[in-house]
Amino acid sequence: MAAKSIHTKLFGRALLSFPSRTLYRSSHTPSTMTSLSARIVIRAANRELEVPTGLFINNEFVPSADSPNDLIHLVNPATEENICSVAAGSVKDIDIAVTAARKAFNTTWGKNVTGFERSKLLNKLADLIERDQDILAEVESLNNGKPFKIARDFDIGDSIQCLRYYAGWADKITGQTIEVDNKTKLAFTRHDPIGVCGQIIPWNYPINMWAWKVAPALACGCTIVMKPSELTPLTALMLSKLIVEAGFPPGVVNTIPSLGSVGGAALSMHMDVDKVAFTGSTVTGRKVMEAAAKSNLKKVSLELGGKSPQLVFESADLEQAANWACLGILYNTGQDCTAGSRLYVQDTIYNKFVSLLVSKAKELVIGDGFDEKSGGGPLVSKTQFDKVWRYIESGQAQGAKVALGGQKRPGKGFFVDPTIFTDINANMDIVRDEIFGPVLAVGRFKTEEEAVSLANDTSYGLGAGLHSNDANQCMRVSSALEAGTVWINQYNLLNNNVPFGGKKQSGIGRELGSYALEEYTSVKAIHWNFGEKLDWPL
Amino acid sequence: MPSTFTHEFNTPTFKAKVSFSTGLFINGQFLNGSDNTTIEYDLPLSLIERFLLTSTILVSSTRVPNGKVITSVSEATPKDVDLAVDAAHKAFDTTWGLHAPGAQRSILMSKLVTLMEKNADELAALEALDNGKTFKWARNADVAGAIDCIRYYAGWADKVTGQVQETTEDKLTYTRHEPIGVVVKFTPLTAIRMCHLINEAGFPPGVVNVLTGYGNTVGNAISSHMKVEKVAFTGSTLVGRKIMEAAAKSNLKNVTLELGGKSPNIIFDDADIEQAVNWAAFGIFWNHGQTCCAGSRIYVQEGIHDEFLKRFTEKTRSLKVGDPFAPDTFQGPQVSEVQFNRIMSYIESGKSAGAKVEVGGERHGSEGYFIKPTIFTNVDPSMKIVQEEIFGPVGVVIKFKDEEDVIKQANDTVYGLAAAVFTQNLNRAINTAHRLKAGTAWINCVNSLNSNVPFGGFKQSGIGRELGEYALSNYTAVKSVHVNLGHRM
Repeated sequence: MAAKSIHTKLFGRALLSFPSRTLYRSSHTPSTMTSLSARIVIRAANRELEVPTGLFINNEFVPSADSPNDLIHLVNPATEENICSVAAGSVKDIDIAVTAARKAFNTTWGKNVTGFERSKLLNKLADLIERDQDILAEVESLNNGKPFKIARDFDIGDSIQCLRYYAGWADKITGQTIEVDNKTKLAFTRHDPIGVCGQIIPWNYPINMWAWKVAPALACGCTIVMKPSELTPLTALMLSKLIVEAGFPPGVVNTIPSLGSVGGAALSMHMDVDKVAFTGSTVTGRKVMEAAAKSNLKKVSLELGGKSPQLVFESADLEQAANWACLGILYNTGQDCTAGSRLYVQDTIYNKFVSLLVSKAKELVIGDGFDEKSGGGPLVSKTQFDKVWRYIESGQAQGAKVALGGQKRPGKGFFVDPTIFTDINANMDIVRDEIFGPVLAVGRFKTEEEAVSLANDTSYGLGAGLHSNDANQCMRVSSALEAGTVWINQYNLLNNNVPFGGKKQSGIGRELGSYALEEYTSVKAIHWNFGEKLDWPL
Repeated sequence: MPSTFTHEFNTPTFKAKVSFSTGLFINGQFLNGSDNTTIEYDLPLSLIERFLLTSTILVSSTRVPNGKVITSVSEATPKDVDLAVDAAHKAFDTTWGLHAPGAQRSILMSKLVTLMEKNADELAALEALDNGKTFKWARNADVAGAIDCIRYYAGWADKVTGQVQETTEDKLTYTRHEPIGVVVKFTPLTAIRMCHLINEAGFPPGVVNVLTGYGNTVGNAISSHMKVEKVAFTGSTLVGRKIMEAAAKSNLKNVTLELGGKSPNIIFDDADIEQAVNWAAFGIFWNHGQTCCAGSRIYVQEGIHDEFLKRFTEKTRSLKVGDPFAPDTFQGPQVSEVQFNRIMSYIESGKSAGAKVEVGGERHGSEGYFIKPTIFTNVDPSMKIVQEEIFGPVGVVIKFKDEEDVIKQANDTVYGLAAAVFTQNLNRAINTAHRLKAGTAWINCVNSLNSNVPFGGFKQSGIGRELGEYALSNYTAVKSVHVNLGHRM
């Protein structure tokens, strides 16, 4: 996903009013048994918090039914210190959560509750998140590393809006009536809630992806077993508390922190899960779809990776194009499915644009999320840090030129500075693969046709951007780009009422907008004979 | 040169000599397979093909040959799949796809309809010859339905619309519903003859390609193909799973599946009993029970159970089985030896599990794949004949007490394709129809489909919806375009 409704300038501007060092300590001594909560201190905010750490089933926090000693240890990526540990859900726990979700679907949710009631509860949930936005943002920043203010104003601000947007849909789910024969037959369709949904969300926008998944599913009347990322489960557990407070019946939303290979696999294979919605890597997306094919043919929607191109044509406002290009690759430190990681510039403006781009990218401060100067935080984990560095080294080894970055920082924290490669070719790993870090590959083109062909030369098709002041060109190129989202003279800004999803190997299905309702409903056609008499045999 | 199929029909219902090429249809031409091999083949001709929108189409027939060879056709191999996909891609990028306006696509589809109407008798005769269904039904249901369907979508071709979303005044946001690309449709029976009509209608070469080949070679090659954007499959749940798996392992192509069913047909005490009997017979015996949505589990409320069973049995006994070209034949042979054996083994399993044969329960005559329309009673929910899709003229009749009881029983299946309810009570009709877990619910009718009403499965009966406006979303990819009109970064 990408940023929403950004009204502030991200780069080189003080964003925060907190002390410049993240200080936290955990009074939760790592133990070998699950406790159902932990105390953490956000010293930057002078706040001590109790956060839930158990599994959330039937509106209660519980330990694992069969593996209470399995814990997931959470790390602050800015300091590499432990935050606390949460329960690691097992296959059995997933099963128990699915049973709870099924029971709720059959009794207190699904077709047993009106759209008006679902709308009311979703709005209430949005209000509670708004009330708690500061503490949610603090924990999001602590666990994910992203700047506190970005977490609050963009991730959470957008999540609240997303819940309210779908609250508005909950009582507007409509079918069709279809004229068949006015004398004998009426047909109509009902868009029934699809049932129990497994939702598997990533670590790059833990709260925001939670909202994208939960809001349309609940609006349609589905029940949920949510598996947050094992790296960032804390805010999903905090949101679960708000589910209770908002008044959702037990079992409507269940949250099972678990490893992907355990909980994610169990949800995908489960015979009583009607649908799985997954956001994450293409490799895992394939496994989810395969498991669905081999089990109960559950419906699948996938939001997967990208290697999204941005094209800068000679007529573009270069200053603006450079700003948007920076937002495209550097927002969320490049940990973004739509990251504009391939930039192609028309040769007539190439030199001028690249130096402008480098000077703008340089202005971004990547630092601790509680540091007021930080416009971007660290990468989420050691694994991601190592992966991104492997790509940076491969870019150098394969002969690309480093125009910015390329130097490791000393000290603690998984920080990677903005990195720009030029002199690239189509075979380099940094041009072909999704890196998921602040690493941009810049190439050049002569003609519009060449630009489109470079842009489309990828197995992905999530996002694409073009910068041009030629209206006809904008229309031609936006048509030709093979992507689910195309930005013209903009990048990475999404809206809750505009659908989002991938072409090609970037995914299946659409989230957001009215389109997402289709992912959580099954269409039933009812044929009503009121006048046709059948003679038999024919 | 590919072989030519020639047949002289001299039947009571249709007399004519028919002759046409049976090669692979690639890029508008009839060709030998790359390996120059042929399949001894029942000529497949199903006309339930939809020529949708601007996506280019590859039709693949995946039938295995049965004992009775009608003709031999060129055999497609994975190499031919590549050729056909390339042809489809080329057409998509040049003469079709976004290059052919909706109005033009509509005109071509309408022309095809006109040609089908002109050749309707011949198409029906070929369908009957190959499939075994009666000429009359092929003509009045299959061919007429296909014509209706293509005409319906011809009307949609210039009405594919996106949305414009209100965001802010300095931004314009809209969606385009673009054709998805190269689409593969598998149908168990394929329209080779239709290819001639497609050429005659004037479709650019490569827009529709037809391959005849085996599922395990050609079918596999297509499901795994890296340049096919979508596979639409109608057939068994087993094969449906394989297709979805292959899509997951290759290029994550979109998949729609229309799979099996074990559809319940519920008859309440207050139903018009004579109509219920007629529709129930239509539900299970239409097309020899070879229908995904066949009403194969018939639940009858205890108050009218005995009377219903008596009338239903009489009705069933009166159905005439025989030559599909005879004017009074109701039911022809099953489609193949494999299907015949499969159905007969279900009948045996029902008998040995202790179910009672009310009527039928054996083959008709001593040769050909004819099976007597069969009704079992005295069944329990664990029996294979109650749980599994038989795809033949075999139904079970089960007594029930009340609404709660029957809804529970009706939903006790992994399938969810269709369901029917017969009652004169408004509340009961609606309540039951709404609570049945099925993609299609009929009230006081069964097996009655319309081109403008969506059709597809809940649960393990499939993914996606065909027909109606809903099918358009299977063949389009939504693109959101965000145009910045004044937001300075």
